[in-house]
Amino acid sequence: MVMIMCLICDLEIEEMVLKFMNFLFIFLEVIVANVVSNCFCQPPTSARGQQQESHGDLRSLSSSLFIIILHFLYEVMAVHGPVVKIHPVVLASIVDSYERRNEGASRVIGTLLGTTDKHSVEVTNCFSVPHNESEDEVAVDMEFAKNMYELHKKVSPSEVIIGWYATGYDITEHSVLIHEYYSREAPSPIHLTVDTALQSNKMNIRAYVSSQMGVPGKTVGVMFTPLTVKYIYYDTERIGVDLLHRTRASASRTNGLTTDLAQVASAAGRVQEMLSTVLSYIEDVLSGKVMADNSVGRFLMDLVNKVPKITAEDFESMLNSNINDLLMVTYLANLTQAQIALNEKLVVL
Amino acid sequence: GLIRFNDLYRLYEFENGKTQLFNSWGVVLKIIKHYQEEGQGSEVVQGVLLGLVVEDRLEITNCFPFPQHTEDDVDFDEVQYQMEMMRSLRHVNIDHLHVGWYQSTYYGSFVSRALLDSQFSYQHAIEESVVLIYDPIKTAQGSLCLKAYRLTPKLMEICKEKDFSPETLKKACVGYEHMLEEVPIVIKNSHLINVLLLDLQEKSMVADKHELLNLSSSNHLEKSLQLLMDRVDGMSQEIVKYNSYCRNLSKQQQQKQQYLQRRQQENTQRQSRGEPPLPEEDINKMFKPPQAPPRMDTLLIAGQVNNYCQNIKAFTSQNLGKLFMAEALQGHSS
Repeated sequence: MVMIMCLICDLEIEEMVLKFMNFLFIFLEVIVANVVSNCFCQPPTSARGQQQESHGDLRSLSSSLFIIILHFLYEVMAVHGPVVKIHPVVLASIVDSYERRNEGASRVIGTLLGTTDKHSVEVTNCFSVPHNESEDEVAVDMEFAKNMYELHKKVSPSEVIIGWYATGYDITEHSVLIHEYYSREAPSPIHLTVDTALQSNKMNIRAYVSSQMGVPGKTVGVMFTPLTVKYIYYDTERIGVDLLHRTRASASRTNGLTTDLAQVASAAGRVQEMLSTVLSYIEDVLSGKVMADNSVGRFLMDLVNKVPKITAEDFESMLNSNINDLLMVTYLANLTQAQIALNEKLVVL
Repeated sequence: GLIRFNDLYRLYEFENGKTQLFNSWGVVLKIIKHYQEEGQGSEVVQGVLLGLVVEDRLEITNCFPFPQHTEDDVDFDEVQYQMEMMRSLRHVNIDHLHVGWYQSTYYGSFVSRALLDSQFSYQHAIEESVVLIYDPIKTAQGSLCLKAYRLTPKLMEICKEKDFSPETLKKACVGYEHMLEEVPIVIKNSHLINVLLLDLQEKSMVADKHELLNLSSSNHLEKSLQLLMDRVDGMSQEIVKYNSYCRNLSKQQQQKQQYLQRRQQENTQRQSRGEPPLPEEDINKMFKPPQAPPRMDTLLIAGQVNNYCQNIKAFTSQNLGKLFMAEALQGHSS
């Protein structure tokens, strides 16, 4: 049953299991309460009366279980709607368009493009849309949005409009209107807010989906329910982001792209740092300063075993043959370069 | 008096005329994403770079991709797409100056006629234009590989004249090394983006992979060498062509000389006999000089071969470093 529920909700198994365990405990408590009440209650004298009561117990048990499962499902579905997976490209564009906003505009809005899945939404691209906002009205350039979407579709035809973004912390009434417009373009659009004004000392990135609330037929309102946000990267994207993290560390916020050997050197430096951290931890444990942790110990054993055990001669021969290959290739490359240089000179003669 | 080292360095920089390129994070990510989504399978993806020229720096602040050319899209107008895009971007205050274009490359093979032509047209319009070459395969191996190139002024002159014969090239002293000049790239972030990066680092739970320290290199090496061999073959063909041209030329010279000599002999003979000398015929019409093969292709191939060789050398040096590291690790344990 857990598997079926996982299939339906498409969540991570750990979260599912945790929630299920939670409710299982509640269910067990209910069972225990029922059993205890049975034991301590005065049993009726007649046998038939007992049977009826036991049936009644079973029914009450099953109904409580049913209610618990329903509640569990409702909670799971309502809070963890579609999972929103964002690529860092999108965030960079949003920040960039915020920095370029017109004078007097307090926030920027734009369209989000991407692909939708069964229960997850992947945001891969975005573009900003010019809009005017004042106290009582909001105007969005829809022509522009349509045009840009057409242009973008020519490059990547698989991307569709999946929602819109706005910078700023809160959701205002204008957002509701804009959201309505976007729900005409896409089914159940996602609304993303990026807090560029850093109100809470952090750039809060949240996603919402709207749902109806209120009394049907009378006053109906719109509620924005939060969704979980995850960041996903392509491999190459992650390497780009890693480089940019290192940029952050430099004082002038700039970073040149280094040569190849220097990169290996810096990577070696990083591995060395990690090794020294691990070594200091081990020394602390040995000297008794820190409690030994079994899981860390297992990782350490994995680490030590990862270095393959090869006899010295075998390793020497492997190393030497590899080095020879590389040296030969270098030699050939140099030879080729000399050859074309010569050719150049001879022609010029 | 005393010249400080700093001053010297600055002088050198200005003399070379090399300008720096300031790239922004968004551009880098967009290029990566464009290749990842649309360019699988050794297809080249291209796009336009937008930005400004500030003093001696070129700043690239945005970019947008070009759609792929497909056969069923014959009536697709590239220029119109570009115009539309730029007009729209202007509405949102994005710099709309075309400062260059970008292209992805397959193992470093980008020195081609098409690239030259495109870059020439860009540089003709704006002097500072660059072409950003993004190497996705090398990036996947662990470090971002993004290079910017510009045509040298000498090559610009030659392209303008459209004269690629050996003589003009000889006069201009343009070798394959002087075709493209590399412009150093610097990536600059704004403060807000730094905050964003911090946030990302906290939230993202992706473990640090170390592909850079991966020891398996034979696949990459094989492919690079294969491409190199193809180009060297092409080069040798060009050389053969040029050699035959030279031989023909010299043969023709010889024939011309012989003809002139015979003419002279005949003339002296006739004079001794008292006959009028034969009219001087136009030698050039008789001996048409052979067509000089255009040197542009050779130059391009030479440039490409040079590029391959440099890439291979960088790659092998990197791998040697990694192998020595592995040796050190093994040495400690055994």
